[in-house]
Amino acid sequence: MPLIELTQVSKVYRMGDVEVHALREVSFAVDERDFVAVMGSSGSGKSTLMNIVGCLDRPTSGTYRLDGHEVSRMDRRALARIRNQTLGFVFQSFNLLARTSALENVELPLMYGGVPARERRRRAEEALRRVGLAERAHHHPNQMSGGQQQRVAVARALVTQPRLIVADEPTGNLDSRTTVEIMVLFQELSAAGITVLLVTHEPDVAAYASRVVVMRDGRIRTDTRQAARRAATDLAAASALADDAPEASA
Amino acid sequence: MIPLETFRVALRALLRNKLRSFLTVLGIIIGVGAVIAMVAIGEGAKAEVEASFASMGSNLLIVMSGSTKSGGAHGGFGSMPTLTGDDLRAIRNEVPTVRYAAAQLRTSAQLMSEDQNWATQVSGTSPEYFQIRSWKIERGRGLLDSDLDSSAKVVVLGRTVVDKLFGAVDPLGQTVRIKNIPFEVVGVLAAKGQSAMGQDYDDAAFVPQTTFGTKIQGGLQKFISGTIFIGATSADATQRAESQVANLLRDRHRLQPGAEDDFSIRNLTEMADAQAEGTRTLTTLLASIAGVSLLVGGIGIMNIMLVSVTERTREIGVRMAVGATPLDILLQFLVESLTLAIAGGMVGVALGVFSAGRLAARFGWATLVRPDVVIISVVFSGVVGVVFGLYPARKASRLDPIEALRFE
Repeated sequence: MPLIELTQVSKVYRMGDVEVHALREVSFAVDERDFVAVMGSSGSGKSTLMNIVGCLDRPTSGTYRLDGHEVSRMDRRALARIRNQTLGFVFQSFNLLARTSALENVELPLMYGGVPARERRRRAEEALRRVGLAERAHHHPNQMSGGQQQRVAVARALVTQPRLIVADEPTGNLDSRTTVEIMVLFQELSAAGITVLLVTHEPDVAAYASRVVVMRDGRIRTDTRQAARRAATDLAAASALADDAPEASA
Repeated sequence: MIPLETFRVALRALLRNKLRSFLTVLGIIIGVGAVIAMVAIGEGAKAEVEASFASMGSNLLIVMSGSTKSGGAHGGFGSMPTLTGDDLRAIRNEVPTVRYAAAQLRTSAQLMSEDQNWATQVSGTSPEYFQIRSWKIERGRGLLDSDLDSSAKVVVLGRTVVDKLFGAVDPLGQTVRIKNIPFEVVGVLAAKGQSAMGQDYDDAAFVPQTTFGTKIQGGLQKFISGTIFIGATSADATQRAESQVANLLRDRHRLQPGAEDDFSIRNLTEMADAQAEGTRTLTTLLASIAGVSLLVGGIGIMNIMLVSVTERTREIGVRMAVGATPLDILLQFLVESLTLAIAGGMVGVALGVFSAGRLAARFGWATLVRPDVVIISVVFSGVVGVVFGLYPARKASRLDPIEALRFE
């Protein structure tokens, strides 16, 4: 049984008198543990697709089954519960709470999940360790680099042990080196059994996914499986290059 | 989310903007402070009035005789004696709602001790008088029925008179001359203080009614040249006692229906009630002015909460994305405004109590901080917080997470 199963999903926005068809009868399934990149230009419907898959929005028509549950007709409260228990989000602009420590940012989903304080702290520390930021637990977002902030965001997404992580242009604000670092993290999560749906417009980033879906005008144009590039290898190569750089310039 | 957690999150959000939080609740602080101080002043005034009326005596009726009418000129009440000793006995025995009745015959006289003298009010009365006026004997004894029977030359002195005539000397057993007739001091009355009009109750001397009639004033013994004090059986009965005494006297004086009373009755309970009503009106007025400022404070809270919701739209979006339900968001903002308002209310109480104390010290006003007013003020500011916080909180909880996340 696929984890994500969209059947004939349409989304229509009404802007004044004009109807905008953001999604046109999209049918789409993702198996558990898959790593899918969704590509497309702006206005292609990829963000709408992500919002629906992420239970932030509901389809105008069609059905969406997440882990076998029909979620397309759920109310806001039930959707909030699904987002809290089953999903994790990573955004382009990190979206960490300002003036709040990394640890507390990571604890946030657990707080809404009703996890007791002690258990929350333990799991948040564990998640930060997993993204390599254990020693930055008490730093605030403005004391961290973009890459570090995005790692905190990834820790926040994985702390609830979700089935699915939805990432919206997670590397859009990062340089190429930190982009690779973040992709290493996503590949690790995927290997650990978490399904990843990543929205991007950069082919370099999509190359790390094992399946690429390209959208245009609210429809899926191509859906191809590929051999994913290994981010860890790229990172090692980049590090070696950086180490050589001083000599090269000398 | 756990309630305590919500409170903690709210408190952190508020402490993050300390100055703004303080300015936001300034309205509530001043409002509650004003309520507490104003009501304290009003209640203090009321308590003072009540105390001064209580010192006159409880359930008190005063009957005065009628006025003279000579050639069209009316004298005041009491200028023509119409009340008799028989009237007094009838009131005492025939009106069931009357517990005590006593005559008070009055004159001004010079009192002389061995080496001092003092002009004061000398009254002739009976033992019941002190019961009616709830006036205690501090030293010695009061007047006795046997004093009246034997027209004894004994006197009971008020505190002020004792101070003027004897100073530190023990007055009991001493002789005081009234109109040159020697009286033995048998008792001293407890200090009663001033009337509501500033008259000193303790500047008085009391002798038996019979002695007064024969030795001090003279004249017709049949009539009472003074007033009759009546103590009703209870506060509720005072009104009934008033009309029953009036009917009895009209009957005894054979007044035709429609004819004017040849006496007048003053009901002091009614006067006290009217006074208390006046101060109550004052308190209500002060409290409602203060209440309006509390309302203005509430609008201040709503204003800032709306700004806060807009400012934190993105934060709301993030919280929703990671699983906050609309109710979680609603409660978060509601608890924030509630915390603000209650904290403001408590600071306001402190301010109010402090300023009431300062006013009391500065102007010598009586103030009374009632605990129920304090509790009501804090609860009311909480209500203000919830009422004015509800709209911003609802607005926050209804945000679309996608829109909120996109908000710049």
